[in-house]
Amino acid sequence: MSDVRFLLTGDTSLTAEFGNEVSPSINARIRAFHIALEHSSIPGIVETVPTYRSLMIHYDPGIIQFAPLVQRLQSLLDGLDLVEIPPSQVLEIPVLYGGEMGPDLDFVAQHAQKTPQEVISIHTSTEYLIYMLGFTPGFAYLGGMDERIATPRLETPRVKIPAGSVGIAGSQTGIYPIDSPGGWQLIGRTPVRMYDPDRETPILPQAGQYIQFYPITQAEYDEIAAQEAADRYICRRHPRQEAI
Amino acid sequence: MSVTVLNPGLLTTVQDMGRIGYQQFGVPVSGVIDPRAAEIANILVDNPGGEAVLECTMMGPHLQFGRAVCIAITGGDLGPTLDGAPVPNYRAIAVQPGQTLRFTAPKTGCRALIAFAGGLDIPKVMGSRSTYLRAKIGGFQGRRLEKGDVIGLRAPRSELKNLANRYITPEFIPRPQYNLRVVMGPQDDAFTQEGIHTFLSQTYTVTPEFDRMGCRLEGAAIAHRASADIISDGISFGAIQVPSAGQPIIMLADRQTTGGYTKIAAVITADFRILGQLKAGDKVQFERVSIQHAQDALLTQRAALRNLRRALQVC
Repeated sequence: MSDVRFLLTGDTSLTAEFGNEVSPSINARIRAFHIALEHSSIPGIVETVPTYRSLMIHYDPGIIQFAPLVQRLQSLLDGLDLVEIPPSQVLEIPVLYGGEMGPDLDFVAQHAQKTPQEVISIHTSTEYLIYMLGFTPGFAYLGGMDERIATPRLETPRVKIPAGSVGIAGSQTGIYPIDSPGGWQLIGRTPVRMYDPDRETPILPQAGQYIQFYPITQAEYDEIAAQEAADRYICRRHPRQEAI
Repeated sequence: MSVTVLNPGLLTTVQDMGRIGYQQFGVPVSGVIDPRAAEIANILVDNPGGEAVLECTMMGPHLQFGRAVCIAITGGDLGPTLDGAPVPNYRAIAVQPGQTLRFTAPKTGCRALIAFAGGLDIPKVMGSRSTYLRAKIGGFQGRRLEKGDVIGLRAPRSELKNLANRYITPEFIPRPQYNLRVVMGPQDDAFTQEGIHTFLSQTYTVTPEFDRMGCRLEGAAIAHRASADIISDGISFGAIQVPSAGQPIIMLADRQTTGGYTKIAAVITADFRILGQLKAGDKVQFERVSIQHAQDALLTQRAALRNLRRALQVC
């Protein structure tokens, strides 16, 4: 792990850069380092921000300064192989595909020369790695979508896309956590709230976890939405089976 | 127990030291853009550090007080008056019920901070009272203040020990050109040697395109080696992004948590008191310093604030 670079990002943060590409193996190392850091006794860490290729570390120079911090982080990296990293969690996200909730499903199907049902079955057959969150609160950058259903963005973005909408843009897929404008092709909607500022854990997805979508009916959608409204819904999750 | 907004001014928001711990979930930090001025305002009215204040931009608000409370105004001088009489910046004053605080016109700087003894009655969202305008999070109903808003005071104090001594010399001094110290990185290696030289030797002018998210500058173009784009990484307060056109943008409190432009350097925390007061037309020059210099300067500033708090308690 000697190829990690510690970059200055001002005087109260630094970035540990693990590579310069988008890849699941780099992301796995970032996740391992992130977990090791959270369990370490390094003082003065204020918060951490994982991204595609790096971990940004905010710290208080009144407690630890740059040079000693880099030293501590380097020895943490050197011992990283000894740290037991639990398997990633897979969040199971229910989606009502098509119809009013997914007005662009037919277009995506036409573009892919598939039936809408085939698009749904391709979209639900992958565990998508959450590389990082950003863009808006709770927006997860997902990797791993099947190129067969890649579709260009809308020519004219919509002014308002409801929270929970699931869309495709190029070879990316994602969930809108809050109402926002946007140009993604909308194929469905989840009743699960990615973001609720008043909840104990305001944001559901975390970098390093995976998301798997599964199709639900309108009745199931309504039931989950009602549970969410009453703060009783618990998102299903399971440990990921790592490929050997 | 409240303050009524008669006129909101250009952009007045509730801010504290920001929303810490949620950047990994895509939630920007927000918070005051001139944290030092906010801390001094809180010290002057004997609030604990990090209490929420009103941040007023260029044209300050008109506020009518429903009860007696001590306040202090710091940062830029936006021409505050109380019932028509000028009030000094950087001094705690006692406001009586029925009085109206009006900001008349900006004289120096860009942002004034108003601290209220006993704090504002604003609920915390994700651990902070700061307003994040884009996603309507926190502050007063997630938005800028508007005419007719009534803001509660949490535990208003109408008297403070040593009130007459609770002042310091205004800190913000306008200059023909500001010097901003920077530490280089994280992507300074994405620029040519000439590009780095341009950045450190030329004068840049603040454009009218500045908000709580970022401050766009214009001047000599800073040359990249190849591309201005990177795979997204984190962005710090004060980070200086340089997109392909070579014109720098200094990222501020409401910056997005991650971004895909090269960042040549970052303004040091000790100089946020200048950064937070820049406005269109101001001229800045960047001075490269070491990380040690930057961290020493920050710790010296913090020690001075601790001394100020102590001095006001005993005098």
